[in-house]
Amino acid sequence: MIPAAFDYVRAENAEQAISLIGEHGDEAKFLAGGHSLLPLMKLRLAQPTVLIDIGRLTDLSYVRDAGDHIAIGALTRHMDVENSPVLHEHAPLLAHAASHVGDPQVRHRGTIGGSIAHADPASDLPATTLAMGATYVAQGPNGTREIAAADFYEGFLTTALAADEILTEIRVPKMNGAGWSFQKFNRRAQDWAIVGVAAWRSNGDSGVALVNMGSVPILASSVSSALSGGASVADAAEQAAAEADPQPDLNASAEYRVHLAKVLTRRALDAASG
Amino acid sequence: MNEHYTLNVNGAEHEVADAWLGESLLYVLRERLGLSAAKGACEQGECGSCSVLVDRELVCSCLVLAASAIGRAITTVEGLEPSGGLTDVQTAYLEAGAVQCGFCTPGLIMATHDLLDRVPRPSEMQIREELSGNVCRCTGYGRIIDAVQQVAVARSQVES
Ligand SMILES: Cc1cc2nc3c(=O)[nH]c(=O)nc-3n(C[C@H](O)[C@H](O)[C@H](O)COP(=O)(O)OP(=O)(O)OC[C@H]3O[C@@H](n4cnc5c(N)ncnc54)[C@H](O)[C@@H]3O)c2cc1C
Repeated sequence: MIPAAFDYVRAENAEQAISLIGEHGDEAKFLAGGHSLLPLMKLRLAQPTVLIDIGRLTDLSYVRDAGDHIAIGALTRHMDVENSPVLHEHAPLLAHAASHVGDPQVRHRGTIGGSIAHADPASDLPATTLAMGATYVAQGPNGTREIAAADFYEGFLTTALAADEILTEIRVPKMNGAGWSFQKFNRRAQDWAIVGVAAWRSNGDSGVALVNMGSVPILASSVSSALSGGASVADAAEQAAAEADPQPDLNASAEYRVHLAKVLTRRALDAASG
Repeated sequence: MNEHYTLNVNGAEHEVADAWLGESLLYVLRERLGLSAAKGACEQGECGSCSVLVDRELVCSCLVLAASAIGRAITTVEGLEPSGGLTDVQTAYLEAGAVQCGFCTPGLIMATHDLLDRVPRPSEMQIREELSGNVCRCTGYGRIIDAVQQVAVARSQVES
């Protein structure tokens, strides 16, 4: 399992990373923690000819209180999200979901930005930040722009990021004491989710998103609408798969995934309402 | 695109000459530096048999490019006991029968040292959680957990 040959360049800052990717075009890819990209390259499912290593951009590794939201640098590793006191206080759902990513070795290397830019529908943090109403910040040759999580995921492993843009920051609104839950259903504790649900609830408001229920992370808006219309948790959870388009695989049929999504949504909302 | 660079492994600087920067840390440790403790198995970051410490953090060396480890402190099983003897963890694995085919053992030894350095008296749940990135196909894990607990107890008795 050896990847196809590539050139390796290390970027010293975000501006240099952007100009390098501009220079090398479509054949180049950023390398952050490498825990999604390198496995694919070893299987030759990805064959970039240039890797631009952004793994040392330590100025993009931070968790900051920014008033109404928490700002997280794209290069922040899962372990640092999991252990962040700021997130534990203001956005515990995200810290908790990060603690469910893979195993300790994976969480030491994988980054939140890499997870979101890779946009695997089976990943935990794209759906979790989607449920939280996050905003992502992208930097390109012409400056920075904000992209709402709800507009970011365009198709399987495809996002609104342009080829010459780097994801720099993830902004999650403070949860202000909202109830929350992350339900990850898998057969072994460190595995990817067969189905997962991230949810929060506060007064009349709620957010629910699904892991591995389609080609992108799914915002289960019908559940939130039902709740705000006064439906019970059990009734609202019946709407869990309304926006989803689950695919069958070795672990589960599409029907079983729909069943799991409803059960896990009910459990998540019960926990978040408690 | 071949380069010369140095890697700091087990406290010593190692020259890597005329090597492709795209090689994994695991490959460079084993094939270029002759440090064969870390094992290559899944090559996908799943099994943990290639676990080493990079700047005191447990990582799968199959999914770290050697180029990303330049300037960092890398520790492998070979560097745990500079005298060349066995560490208390290695001895406990042997005594508890936590080693069968042995392929996962170096990764588990690294993970166990890392765990006990941070958490001197882990609960069984903590041990299971912390070692969850290291897959063993022989032992069923029971004796591995016994070995970790033996070391924790022995170390705490030395201290008190
Ligand atoms: C054994 C194993 C188990 C895992 N289990 C889980 C799990 O249970 N749940 C889960 O959610 N994930 C899991 N993962 C994936 C892990 O979380 C990855 O670390 C993460 O998905 C990708 O982050 P990375 O930093 O490693 O990105 P990389 O692999 O370096 O990059 C991934 C992609 O994103 C691009 N990219 C990276 N950073 C940026 C950026 N800042 N701007 C623009 N583009 C960027 C890269 O070019 C590449 O295309 C697992 C991985 C492994 C190896």
